[in-house]
Order: sequence, then structure tokens, then C-alpha cells
Amino acid sequence: MSDHKIGVYVCHCGSNINGVVNCAKVTEEIGKIGEVVVAKDYKYMCSDPGQEMIKNDIKEKGLDRVVIAACSPRMHEPTFRRALEGAGLNGYLLEMANIREHVSWVTKDKEEATKKALSLVKGAVKRVKLHEPIEEREVPVTNTTLVLGGGISGIQAALQVAEAGHKVYLIEQKQYIGGNMAKFDKTFPTLDCAACILTPKMVDVGQSPNIELYTSSEVIKVDGYVGNFTVTVREKPRYINHDKCTGCGDCASACIMKNRIPHEFDEGLSKRSAAYIPFPQAVPLKAVIDDGNCLFLTRKKCTLACVKACGAKAINFNQHETIHEFKVGSIILATGFDLFDAKRAPQYGYGRYANVINGLQFERMTNASGPTSGHITLADGTEPKSVAVIHCVGSRDENYNKYCSRVCCMSSVKFAHLVKDHCDAEVYEFYIDMRTFGKGYEEFYNRVQEEGVHFVRGKGAEVAQIDGRLVVIAEDTLLGQYREIPVDMVILNTALEPRVDAEKVAQTLGISRSGDGFFMESHIKLDPVTTTTDGIYLAGCCQSPKDIPDSVAQGSAAAAQSLAIIATGKVKISPISASIDSEQCAGCRICIGLCTYRAIKLNEETLRAEINEAVCKGCGTCAAGCPSGAIRVSHFNDDQLLAQIEGVLA
Amino acid sequence: MSDNFEPKILGILCNWCSYAGADLAGTSRLKYPANIRIVKVMCSGRVEPTLILKAFQEGADGVLISGCHPGDCHYVDGNIKTLRRTPLVARLLTQIGIEPERFKQVWVSASEGEKFGKIVEQMVEDIKKVGPYQKKMGDQLDVVMHEVAASAKEAAAAEEKGGSNCGS
Repeated sequence: MSDHKIGVYVCHCGSNINGVVNCAKVTEEIGKIGEVVVAKDYKYMCSDPGQEMIKNDIKEKGLDRVVIAACSPRMHEPTFRRALEGAGLNGYLLEMANIREHVSWVTKDKEEATKKALSLVKGAVKRVKLHEPIEEREVPVTNTTLVLGGGISGIQAALQVAEAGHKVYLIEQKQYIGGNMAKFDKTFPTLDCAACILTPKMVDVGQSPNIELYTSSEVIKVDGYVGNFTVTVREKPRYINHDKCTGCGDCASACIMKNRIPHEFDEGLSKRSAAYIPFPQAVPLKAVIDDGNCLFLTRKKCTLACVKACGAKAINFNQHETIHEFKVGSIILATGFDLFDAKRAPQYGYGRYANVINGLQFERMTNASGPTSGHITLADGTEPKSVAVIHCVGSRDENYNKYCSRVCCMSSVKFAHLVKDHCDAEVYEFYIDMRTFGKGYEEFYNRVQEEGVHFVRGKGAEVAQIDGRLVVIAEDTLLGQYREIPVDMVILNTALEPRVDAEKVAQTLGISRSGDGFFMESHIKLDPVTTTTDGIYLAGCCQSPKDIPDSVAQGSAAAAQSLAIIATGKVKISPISASIDSEQCAGCRICIGLCTYRAIKLNEETLRAEINEAVCKGCGTCAAGCPSGAIRVSHFNDDQLLAQIEGVLA
Repeated sequence: MSDNFEPKILGILCNWCSYAGADLAGTSRLKYPANIRIVKVMCSGRVEPTLILKAFQEGADGVLISGCHPGDCHYVDGNIKTLRRTPLVARLLTQIGIEPERFKQVWVSASEGEKFGKIVEQMVEDIKKVGPYQKKMGDQLDVVMHEVAASAKEAAAAEEKGGSNCGS
């Protein structure tokens, strides 16, 4: 075996590693290995001087392999690969030993930690000897983007990519774009009318020559990789010819089911027909036929009053679903959130008492184009004289969601202001802690306090009905008192939850979710927009609950990520792939059945299996299954893994 | 068995879920026993029995394989192949006298740092009950490893000579 010149660098990471692992000792011990010609420890290996030190050693001492014992390779492997390349060494001649996340941060005993760190470094040294230079593959980028979800963050992302002159496919599951924000009345802290700031953006989407909008559509399959995704989208039939429909709403007025179906856009506070316009500012402003309630579609029995009423002859019951296939360079996920169903917390009487509503229902109520034309009314049509707002329903609660939904304190304060503004009722806010952290938020909270709103520090425990009146029961933790406060209306400010189909979407796109069920970012602080899958980015509440300013900011950030790969025109993709040694291959074809990507085919002439490296993703499942040991996975071959195992266990 | 026996465990973790899950245990500063040595593979489907046998041969007292939860695999269904392989590996290990406590195959997602720590903790505890591996088993494993390697070579050699193809 040829002798290597290995450099080993042990990072202190300040006290993050050195506080637990005796870095000097690890360095000393590892320096005793024959082929280790340089062993150094340093305060911050990822810093400029740290990287310079490595580069200099490579040049001056002729190192041909480098081991860096530091943080997780998921963090800084690309950094150090670049450092190697800067000194003229192939980046794959590096091996990292994870002595921070896997050692110093998880181990109490310093001696144990030092021992463990040393064995991981030994494994890395054994492995790195067998590393081979690998050239990263560069592939051209398709300069189109797919945005999944047409709420405010998806709209923002789509518009920014489109404005930069690139094509966007915007896919929305509902029949219209605008998401939850379209349902809001006023937005905190400035009390801008939601429609006034959102509608122009929705119209821009509809009019942008670079945006192809697909509503009533969902992604059913994603193939490919960064720069070169193929996305399959199913567009459901609307039974309306979009080219002909003028959005006049005559079909809705004529429909036999008129005023019989709870209207989703009004959160069930109004009734609609089976043929209807989702809402007056909808984009696209086209009628929709609800196939679950249309008598003709469900029972084939109807007078077809809508067809007769439609002057434009736009109704077509023969429409079928359409399957589209888009080639895109990147995907921006902006699928939003679901509102916590308050019925899951039965102590609050939602669904049982008519005047217990949720925040979105209150939004619709105060909206001038909503079911009550902007009047706050009780079920009997009268105005409430007292209103309670209960915070954290389904949030910060061990029984439902442990996390804080972030927007509810501010929206609760906004509700209080709107109640004061619309009907001057007494308002009681039941809160655990007030979290008003954004720009202008604390000021708004102070303003509403001055408007005479009562703030009760204590989570509303229960809503009861006593003598026909709603009573909120809570412990006022500031007064140290049990309180029962009678009110006319209760607004439950419910949690923002991962969408019910989040798991399915994550599986279709091959991305991870965090413990709370939201989509997971690559790094919570430094890379909150990228997923662990290259080329798939996150925006808005699908990543975590956030308010409109943050959703818009993340939408722009996701657009910037997408534009960045379009601008470079090419992306580096993982060079890890498998290959077959035809000398050893017995042609048994076991590997062919194991490959999910159909990258392996039998060469009919030689009767040996062959791998198409362009299709291979490098998982190595075929290698593990090959009875002849004929398959070799670059950077993860048998010899490398066996050597590492030998090293870490030594 | 000595009272201060600290088992050595080899953990083979997939890059996308379990390695990230183990990283999360770190970033969350959760403490778990230092007995595990982690080796990364791209997919748990990459883990072939040889790697596991090698670990025991090199003095491991236990081997932990962890991948993405079924349905969440970065490579669609590499972990399903792991799942199918696991019972066979477990049976092979039992046949050569390796106690079931010493081999575990689990699913840990990128968000399950706490779960990862608990799994390691439990495994250390279980293995402590059965004691160190090498002392009991002697060099039986070396024989198996040798046989595995030899039979692979034999197969290749036979193929080379005969040129016939069992698959065709």
C-alpha cells in the first residue's frame, strides 16, 4: 500500500468542542499514526486563518489527504472541500469526523468524550486513505420555477421570479389564489385592509405573461433533481370553460342549490350555491361548480338552471381532469397552514354554542364583503355588548401543539380593536403571555390597551353557558383569582397547524418534516428557506407559523434562491453514484429489481448489468444487494466503509 | 462479567434522516451514553450484512442500523429494502450465536433527536445485560466472514470459467 501524507485538524469550535473533548490530547494521539504527517488543533478551523493553515500545509507539506474533526459534515463539509480545492487538492480527499454534534454536545463525561472523539478521528483517518478524487457533475438548469401554493408567500415568490423575466408555474389546490390572507379584513399592526394590499398582487399574477396559473390543481409526482425536475400536476375539472366565463355569477343565482351549502370562504357563516363565484375579488374570477354538491354531477338529476342562465355558454359538464407535466429548475413550496379545529378542544364549546367563533370567522364577519357586510353580530342578529378573546387555543398546549403560533397575540389585539371600533363592546383578552415582537407591534398593543380593553393574564380554561349566557372561566394569575366573566361572544384564536396533507406532500417531494409536522428547513437559523433536498425551497406557513411580513419576506427569499440557480445556469449535483465491475458481475439481475430509479439495465450482449450514472442517485442499495460484490458506490465503497468501521471500533 | 463493562456500539445511519436526527440530538444538547460510534451511509439500504459482521469482528458489542421512516426515504424506498433485509440479518446473527440484543434496526427522522438518544440509551442498557461480545464468541465470526468472502470469490470465479448465466 502506498504511503499517504495525511493532515488531521482538530477544531475546538471555541469551547463547544474543547470544553468537553480534550482536543490537544486527540491531536497528540492521532499524530502518532504513521501516515499522519500533520496533526494540529485550532480554535476555529472554519475561520479564515483556520482554512489558510490547512491550505498552507497542503502546499508546503504536500498533504494528499485531509481529516477535519469538527462539527457535523452537514454543516461545513462544503466549506472544507472548497478549502482543499483552493490548495489544489480534490475536495473528496477530505473526511470529517463529527466530534461536536455526535460527541461534545451529547456527552457529559469529558474522558468518555475524548475517547469517543479519538475513535471517530481514527475511523476518518482509516477511511480517508482509501478516498479517491471525484469530479462533481455539473448539469444545466431549466430556467423555470414551480410554485406550489397561491397564498401570499407563494404569490410573492411567483411575482418576483416572473418580474426577473423567468417563467413560473403557480399551482393552487383551491379554485382561487390569495390563500388565507384573502379572507382577512384588516391586517396588524397598521390596519391595512387585507384586500387592498393583496388584490393588486393577485391581479398581477393573473396578468403576468410569465406566470401560468393552475387552480384546482395538485402535484401528484416529482421526478428529477435540482435544476431538472419534472413535476406532474393534476388539474381537476371545474365544469366551466374559462375562456367563455365572464364571472357574472348568473349561474350562482339560478342554481337550485342556492343558499343551501355552507360557504367555505366565509368559514361557514354564509350559504352558497353549487355553482358559484368563490368571492368577489377572486383570481381567476370564474365560476366554480362544486362536484360534491351539484345535483347533476352527483345524481344526474337537475333542471340545469345554471346552463340555461349562462349567457356565455361556459358550462361544460363533460370536462375531465387534465394531467400536466412541467420541466422546472426549482420548486418553491408555499402550501400554507390549516387552522386548528376548535372542536378538538371541547371545553371551549365551539360548535356547541352559536356565539363561540374562531378567528377566521371573526375576520369574515368584520370584512365588508363578508356574510354580515362587516357587522359584528351574534347569532340572533344583535350586536354583542361584551366579547372575550381566548389566546393559544391549540397552541402552547401539551394536549395539542407545544409550539407558539406566533400570530395570535397580535391578531387577538387586532380583534379587540375591531370590536371597539365596530360596536364599542367590552373586550376581555385571556392570554398566557403577550408576544408582540414585530416592527410596530408593541406600539399597537399599547394603543389597544389604551382603548380600554381588559387584559386577563391567564389562559381561558373553559367556556360555559350559564342561564343562557356565555361565561369564560379562567384563573387570573396576576390577581391570583378564579374568575368567571359573562360575555355575549367568544372568539377562539386557534393555532396554525401543518396542513392535513403535509405528510403526503412531503413524501411526493421527498423532503423532511420537523417534529411539529411543518416542513423542515436545511438549517433553522442560517438556511431557513432551503429544504434538505437541493432545489426545493420553502416559503410561508408551511415551514412554521408566521405573520404576513415574515411570509412575504420568505417568499422573496425563496424566489432569490430560485433565481440564483437560474442565474448561474448550471448546478453541481452529487457525484456519488454506483458502477458495476463487469468482470465480477454474474448477470443475476438482483440489482435491477433493487433500483428504484431504473438506472440499471442488463446489457443483452454481454449479459452483464450496467448502470446509467446520469440516472443513478447514489443510494447504494444495489451494492448492498449484489451477491458478487461487483457494485461499487463512489465515496461509499465497501473498502472505505469497512476501514472506517475498523477505525472507529479500534 | 465486570461491573464497569461499557459496550461498544456501531451505528450505521442514513445521511438524510437518521444522521440528521443524531445531529439534532447534538444541537439540542441532549445527553446520551458515549458508547456509540456513528458511520454515515447515504441510505440505510446501503447497509449490507458484511458491514454488520465486520463490526462484530472488530470488537463491537452491538450494531444499530437507522434509516428514514417508511414512506419518508430520500430514495423513495431504499429503507423498505433495509426492512426486508433486517429479519434475514437478524436470523444470520442468531445462527452464529449473536444475541438479538446486539442488533437493532430502527427508524429515526431528522426531527427525532430525542428518540435517537433514547434508542442509544436503551441499547446500551440491553447490551450491558448480555455482556461483552468478543469474550463469548471467540473467532467464530472470522470463519463466517472468511466464508462470505470466499463464496463471493468462488461465485465470481465459477462465472468466469463457465460463462453460463443463471438469470438468463
